[in-house]
Amino acid sequence: MEQPVISLRGATASLGSRPVLRGVDLTVRRGEVVALLGANGSGKSTAVCSIVGQVPLTGGELELFGTPRRRFRQWSRVGYVPQRTTAAGGVPATVREVVSAGRLARTKLGPSRRADREAVHKALELVGMADRAKDSVDALSGGQHQRVLIARALAVEPELLIMDEPMAGVDLASQEVLASALREEVARGATVLLVLHELGPLEPLIDRAVVLRDGCVVHDGPPPKAVGQHALPGHDHVHPHADPAAEPIRTGLLS
Amino acid sequence: MDILELAFMQRALLAALLVGVTAPAIGIYLVQRRQALMGDGIGHVALTGVGLGFLLNTSPVWVATAVCVVGAVVMELIRSYGKARGDIALAMLFYGGMAGGVMLMALSPNGSNANLTTYLFGSITTVSEQDIVAICLLAAFVIVTTVGLRRQLFAICQDEEFARVTGLPVRLLNLLVAVTAAVTVTVAMRVVGLLLVSALMVIPVAASQQITRSFATTFAMAVAIGVLVTLSGTVTSYYVDVPSGATIVLLAIGVFIALTLLAAPLARKRADKAALAERCTLEDAAAPGAPGTADDVRV
Repeated sequence: MEQPVISLRGATASLGSRPVLRGVDLTVRRGEVVALLGANGSGKSTAVCSIVGQVPLTGGELELFGTPRRRFRQWSRVGYVPQRTTAAGGVPATVREVVSAGRLARTKLGPSRRADREAVHKALELVGMADRAKDSVDALSGGQHQRVLIARALAVEPELLIMDEPMAGVDLASQEVLASALREEVARGATVLLVLHELGPLEPLIDRAVVLRDGCVVHDGPPPKAVGQHALPGHDHVHPHADPAAEPIRTGLLS
Repeated sequence: MDILELAFMQRALLAALLVGVTAPAIGIYLVQRRQALMGDGIGHVALTGVGLGFLLNTSPVWVATAVCVVGAVVMELIRSYGKARGDIALAMLFYGGMAGGVMLMALSPNGSNANLTTYLFGSITTVSEQDIVAICLLAAFVIVTTVGLRRQLFAICQDEEFARVTGLPVRLLNLLVAVTAAVTVTVAMRVVGLLLVSALMVIPVAASQQITRSFATTFAMAVAIGVLVTLSGTVTSYYVDVPSGATIVLLAIGVFIALTLLAAPLARKRADKAALAERCTLEDAAAPGAPGTADDVRV
């Protein structure tokens, strides 16, 4: 069998003295689109942060493309979208300048070549921001910031795309753009792991959902179907989740 | 012009030019990372280096450089590892550096308060032949680093977490920023003085970004402003007989205010344009039967 792209086994991690991951198993195979779901504080962001090395694992094993995380160096195969509400820093920067930073995984300390500039342009086109390339990121809306952050991850032409809440604070129009960009990436053969608060417009793309609760996997299978108010198109999910224990996990297997 | 025939003024203008280029060139990365006052901290630590130079009777520039680099590296380590109470640790470093400098200066045989003042507030006309060689070498290092690695430094200062996932040697580059900032402080200390060094790292950048939209333009313009104020400040201080450091910093603040005033109508124009665009979409949405209302959800 082919090596999984991400293989996390028995992962434990803590933030401060609080255990956040308590034995998480997560396998993502080539070409899969996996959504990591869960309430606030369930550990879904921490899981992703530990996969990209931002949070150290206190136990368990992690392999990326079959290489143990400690020895993994091929970062140009990975595109990462951190959880952010803004792409701006303390100094003005254009959309193109921010997205070009994503290409550094390939150029490293070397110069930027034509192929690099073309890849940046292509990434901007994918998220519908090519016409804003010369604009300052300070002038963008929340959804456009997110599109820039995703273009930055796509600029490296990754095999694996890891996104932490890419839909947070994104207007519906941008959500649709992001969904179609993601669809193209998946059609190209990319593997995707994304943290989501709710499935939203990405639902048709998702092969598998992994639901975390209190740092443990409680569901790993087809994405749960949204019901009631949540199922409506355009439902804006702004309220915090109720006690997750009160709600049964809907696997969609019985419906 | 007779001013250019005087050897000490030639040295002064060359030093001013190099400071005008290097201080904003590294300062922009500190501002980008919202660490605008790091230069100030290094300036405080540098004083210990100057005091040590006097005590050991060697060139204060080189000793100050060494002490600054150590101080900046410690600051960077505190920044990246220390989570809580990092500000207290930095305060210790700042004031320890300051107090250490004053103490060492008092202990050294040929140190005096007058000497201390020239380092605190700058004394560009006393830049020696030896100093200028050191300043040139150090400035070359700063320029090569800030221009040659601009894409990498931009990335780590814009979004450090993301930069780490690109596989860049982020820790090394962070240390390089710290070391470069330290070197710049010693380049600038004879010209604007240790207490005003940070001003020249921050103000040209702040002035420039009032009207720019891209990092590259902000960088180029900040350096242009830096050179403009250091050269004109040096010339002014020669003719009017006022301290060079203070003149340069006040000129820089003048440029900042001028550009801020210039930017206000520009920003208003942009805001008007944005407001207009918004009104149009609202009208579209409000129009009966317009697309968009069809998707409305009724519960």
